[in-house]
Amino acid sequence: MFQRLGEATLNSFEKLGRGSCFLWFTLGGIFDVAARPGLLIAQIYSVGVLTVMLITVSGMFVGMVLGLQGYTILSDFGAEETLGVMVAASLVRELGPVVSALLFAGRAGSALTAEIGLMKATEQLSGMEMMAVDPVKRIVAPRFFAGVVSMPLLAAIFSTVGILGGHLVGVGMLGVDDGAFWSQMQATLDYRDDILNGVVKSLVFGFVISWIAVFEGYDSLPTSEGVSRATTRTVVHSAFAVLVLDFLLTALMFGDF
Amino acid sequence: MDEAESGAGCLVTVRDLVFRRGDRKIFDGVNLDFPRGKITAIMGPSGTGKTTLLRLIGGQLRPDSGEILVDGQNVHALGNRDLYGLRKRMGMLFQSGALLTDLNVFENVAFPMREHTRLPESMIRILVLMKLQAVGLRGARNLMPAELSGGMARRVALARAIALDPMMIMYDEPFSGQDPISMGVLVKLIHELNDSLGLTSIVVSHDVHETNTIADKIYILSEGKVVGEGTPGSLTRSTSERVQQFMTGAPDGPEHFHYEAPDYSEDLLI
Amino acid sequence: MQHSKMVTTLVGFFVSLGIGGLFFLAMQVSNLGSFDNTEGYILKARFENIGGLKSRSPVTLSGVRIGRISAILYDTEAYQAVVEMRISSDYEHTLPEDTSASIYTSGLLGEQYIGLEPGGSDAFLKDGDEIEFTQSALVLEEIIGKFLFSKADEVKPE
Repeated sequence: MFQRLGEATLNSFEKLGRGSCFLWFTLGGIFDVAARPGLLIAQIYSVGVLTVMLITVSGMFVGMVLGLQGYTILSDFGAEETLGVMVAASLVRELGPVVSALLFAGRAGSALTAEIGLMKATEQLSGMEMMAVDPVKRIVAPRFFAGVVSMPLLAAIFSTVGILGGHLVGVGMLGVDDGAFWSQMQATLDYRDDILNGVVKSLVFGFVISWIAVFEGYDSLPTSEGVSRATTRTVVHSAFAVLVLDFLLTALMFGDF
Repeated sequence: MDEAESGAGCLVTVRDLVFRRGDRKIFDGVNLDFPRGKITAIMGPSGTGKTTLLRLIGGQLRPDSGEILVDGQNVHALGNRDLYGLRKRMGMLFQSGALLTDLNVFENVAFPMREHTRLPESMIRILVLMKLQAVGLRGARNLMPAELSGGMARRVALARAIALDPMMIMYDEPFSGQDPISMGVLVKLIHELNDSLGLTSIVVSHDVHETNTIADKIYILSEGKVVGEGTPGSLTRSTSERVQQFMTGAPDGPEHFHYEAPDYSEDLLI
Repeated sequence: MQHSKMVTTLVGFFVSLGIGGLFFLAMQVSNLGSFDNTEGYILKARFENIGGLKSRSPVTLSGVRIGRISAILYDTEAYQAVVEMRISSDYEHTLPEDTSASIYTSGLLGEQYIGLEPGGSDAFLKDGDEIEFTQSALVLEEIIGKFLFSKADEVKPE
């Protein structure tokens, strides 16, 4: 029993080590990516553009729910005017980066893992190596950097659409004053403390999710079961990492200690 | 072993190769010579590590001991850059074809050229069409890999393997799972390419008949050792039991029909 | 080629959408658009107690925000808090010298801010000047304490 526990611990350390080495080589691929922007653009398309629709619709509804819930609570205190603050602050600080990261992991992260895993299972990566093409630089690095670039943009779209959704419900349907909605928001939210920190969060999330996704794909067993397990692991580990990191980053950035 | 085959006449030489996977010894002191410009076949029952051997030659796996020389260079002593340089001169045909599924036939063949050369688009087009013509698939250039039959996929992969005019090609099980016609096509192609391009070919296979018709020299591997070598003719006349069992396809012999197990009657009675 | 051009266009659209979102968040949602950090001039004021006033809290004139607090220091010799505020240059040469500054709370539980009230002097405050007339923050505990003591005093004689 204890022996098995120890073995599992050692194995996870070993995997983390392998993952870190892999990350190092992937980061080294940045020069190859810079030399061929076409590869990066093609991957931003499949990682970012194809996720925009999901992000937009989800952001819209999250914003609308925030508007509705916020209104019922705030109106009890006669503070409906601060609805804009509530919607914007919760979106920009938390929900924008976190929910879009979770959606990103489910939509793009799993696809990355499955794609790379299948390329491994069908010997495409091996074949590339024998053609003297490094698959880490040619296949992995563009996908990784596309994820890192796309994530903050997706989170920004999510927050923006969410605020508009909250505005639609709060101002359009429930009759909160339009001017108060925006002015209170502008007076309370700070450019550096809120917006930039939100961007930093989503950058970190994008980095970690993309890392997990490409590594799980590259490290998967080259069988159909191996790839399906790796895909599941990507989604689970990414979601877990995002939530833990969110706490750490929030404590670091918004905490006064 | 005659003089011409052991020395400078060999493109690839394998010396005292030992390779373990876990506790199992896949290769245990194997010596092989692949003469230039000839077709050399490696045969043996499934699971004797024939594919592993190709990966060792290509530098994708590292031997536990022994050395592999390709064109005078020790593959596993090379740095990454030199290894990649050497691989540009090697072609490998995977069993599955290993075509890039997101590119069509034309782009697959053009892939190594685009990666390693700065040829203008018009030149690449001409070269790709020439390679495709050589395998008889010039008309299929716009198909996606998913639309190809297994035999066609292998021919496209072959066109891709010769895209950079390599000095050698390694074929991993080129005949397995093919209908008689595409098998015949592949036999013809391997033979023609070898002669017309002056390639050195290494064929890994367990299809005795097809291999016999094209190989200049055959090695038979079993349980990590070379159990027979020679021309197809000399091997069929071999007196070695293992060689005979393999060449004739007898179900039982030195290579047992049964996987290693405790005594049958004891096993049943317990 | 046709296909890749469409991909490139869509990627371009995506990137501009994302950057547009960031701009929207920065300009429309946060305070970046409405007030620049380096523009304007500095005024100082001394308070006995600043309560919950924080750096970046607003400074208002008749309820209109005209600047924000840039720094809060403590003068160890006078035992007073020194508040530096940056006022928008639109309001330069409009605040009389005898303007007074008070610390208010927006709503019962809202954040604290400085409210300025112009005096009647003809001379105007300049960059780096100090506002002399100040009123400290009302600390809720003190008010409640005072109220209770005065009630206790009322009760005693009986």
